[in-house]
Amino acid sequence: MSAAETRRKGGNRKAVALIAAAAAHVSLALSLSAAWAGPGDDLSQARRIVAIGGSVTEIVYALKAGDRLVARDSTSTYPPEAQALPDAGYIRALNAEGVLAVTPDAILALEGSGPPEALDVLKQAGIPLAMVPESFTAEGILAKIDRVGAALGLSDAAAGLSAAVRSDLAAAMAEAAARETKPRVLFVLSLAGGRVLASGTDTAADGIIRMAGAINAVEAFSGYKQLTDEAIAGLKPDVILMMDRGGDHGAGADELFAHPALALTPAAASRRLVRMDGLYLLGFGPRTAAAVRDLAVALRQPGSTAQ
Amino acid sequence: MSGPRATARARPIEGDRAPRARIVLGCLALALVATALAALMTGATGLANPEAIRLMLAGERPQGDLLLMRDVIVLADIRLPRVIMAGLIGASLAVSGAVMQGLFRNPLADPGIVGVSSGAGLGAAAMIVLGGGLLAPVTALFGGHAVSFAAFLGGLATTALLYRIGTRGGSTHIATMLLAGIALGALAGAALGLLVFVADDRALRDLSFWGLGSVAGATWDKILTAGPVIALVLLLSPLLARALNALVLGEAAAGHLGVNVQRQKRLAIVAVAAATGASVAVSGGIGFVGIVVPHLLRLTIGPDHRYLLPGSALLGAILLIAADTVARTLVAPAELPIGILTALAGAPFFLWILLTRRGFSLG
Repeated sequence: MSAAETRRKGGNRKAVALIAAAAAHVSLALSLSAAWAGPGDDLSQARRIVAIGGSVTEIVYALKAGDRLVARDSTSTYPPEAQALPDAGYIRALNAEGVLAVTPDAILALEGSGPPEALDVLKQAGIPLAMVPESFTAEGILAKIDRVGAALGLSDAAAGLSAAVRSDLAAAMAEAAARETKPRVLFVLSLAGGRVLASGTDTAADGIIRMAGAINAVEAFSGYKQLTDEAIAGLKPDVILMMDRGGDHGAGADELFAHPALALTPAAASRRLVRMDGLYLLGFGPRTAAAVRDLAVALRQPGSTAQ
Repeated sequence: MSGPRATARARPIEGDRAPRARIVLGCLALALVATALAALMTGATGLANPEAIRLMLAGERPQGDLLLMRDVIVLADIRLPRVIMAGLIGASLAVSGAVMQGLFRNPLADPGIVGVSSGAGLGAAAMIVLGGGLLAPVTALFGGHAVSFAAFLGGLATTALLYRIGTRGGSTHIATMLLAGIALGALAGAALGLLVFVADDRALRDLSFWGLGSVAGATWDKILTAGPVIALVLLLSPLLARALNALVLGEAAAGHLGVNVQRQKRLAIVAVAAATGASVAVSGGIGFVGIVVPHLLRLTIGPDHRYLLPGSALLGAILLIAADTVARTLVAPAELPIGILTALAGAPFFLWILLTRRGFSLG
């Protein structure tokens, strides 16, 4: 900070707005370079924090620091208290002025938050920003908890939560791995227009399917892509997994298995469709161990289940 | 909904509309100033405080007083660039629409229809999806402006191609261009589909938000890159007015009136390509402004391009500044993509034009 302090002693500069903006940007960039250095960033005194990203918000509440939040993004739907906070928009389409309107003194954001322009303006306004890394593994969850704890000045509480989550995840994954069946699972993100948008590897869906001791039926590509109808039959999924929310995500089992391609799958023969809440299933936060257990059970049950 | 329909018969351009048109233009100019000031004053953080406005005008940033500094930053780095950007984009879309409609002698022409927007969109999408891989050198070269640059290039390339296809033996066939534009638009759509297929999760989400259009990313940086191009086109557009007026009578007749039809057409096409490329580059796809605004003005001040073009610029700017202000305050602290608002207002209007098309003409 000292470098920034000496820069700020320039006092009031009389210059055109642009030059002033550039100068402010430089001095703040200097003071904020620490913010990007990672765990050195200190939000421990912050009492008006904006949490961006469903799992980040969950972790803040799990650390009993929910009272320090003043706003959240639209993906932060759990715990229920979080829904009472003002919604600052979608994680990737934040409104800089909207965030400033809740007079925050810090921002805690999941990797991938944006747009960059909005984050730049918020940094310029002198609001400390702590980024939380995202990855779809058990280690990824622990890293998130450690990062959020360190940023909030709650390292001790985070260490406790982290240890509990670690053993819980290990137990849940061991239970899942010990089951004798390894069902092939097709995660369907959407059925819009009768076309199946499915998850390949390197996604949250792929991560949670693996943790639940099952096999992702799609291994040929990464990310979410549309499948051709013929390929679906060839994937031979035993179970279809979907998010449980409005729109086409709420497609019922009847509608789903009426789809000509899905009708040809083993999943259709035994009418096995599992639907779970999106954030619970794909959030990779403190509740993931429970989600792994629920998913491991649901994937091996006859018939359709919705959690 | 259905008011008395304007009886727009094909009439030669009359002088008696001129005083009225001037009055309307004057009112629009005043309305633009009022809208811009209102937009600057309102936002998610509430009404601007006078001290912050004073500091912004003085180009000062208060040190120490964090809240005041925030107010100044909101004004100078969020609202002001957004208002300027929305105004420029709105004017650019409306004028491009008006010029295209005059050129094609069709009230429903629009840069979107001849594939210029698709080309620009494809350029941007290519950058969003491949910026980290195949096109990494471009990213390295242009950094944050890579997407804008690619969009601009895509728009210009599409236009150049269209022009080559439509020009035979030194004369440009507008009908051929229109058909070629539809084909190129389809091609661009297919290429976009391919990009969506290879896109990763993050690029997909960027693409979908980009497609809805937004002025949210307005920064001084972007205004300095896209602004001059748009401003230049806006300032030069009145030079096209006489030729566009003559073109209403058909190309041969316009030639007899002493208009260098070929040169004027070329100028108009390049102007639209530049303005559309620059607009799409910074704000994504914002629909219907280019159709709705010129049409509204024709109903009010008639078809004379000498008034229609500046009028379109003013009304386009007013509408987009107003739409953007609604977009960023209605669901605060979140915001709506502006493309949703313009399409919500524009699409029904577009349908209404189609339904009342009988008896409608440009003249």
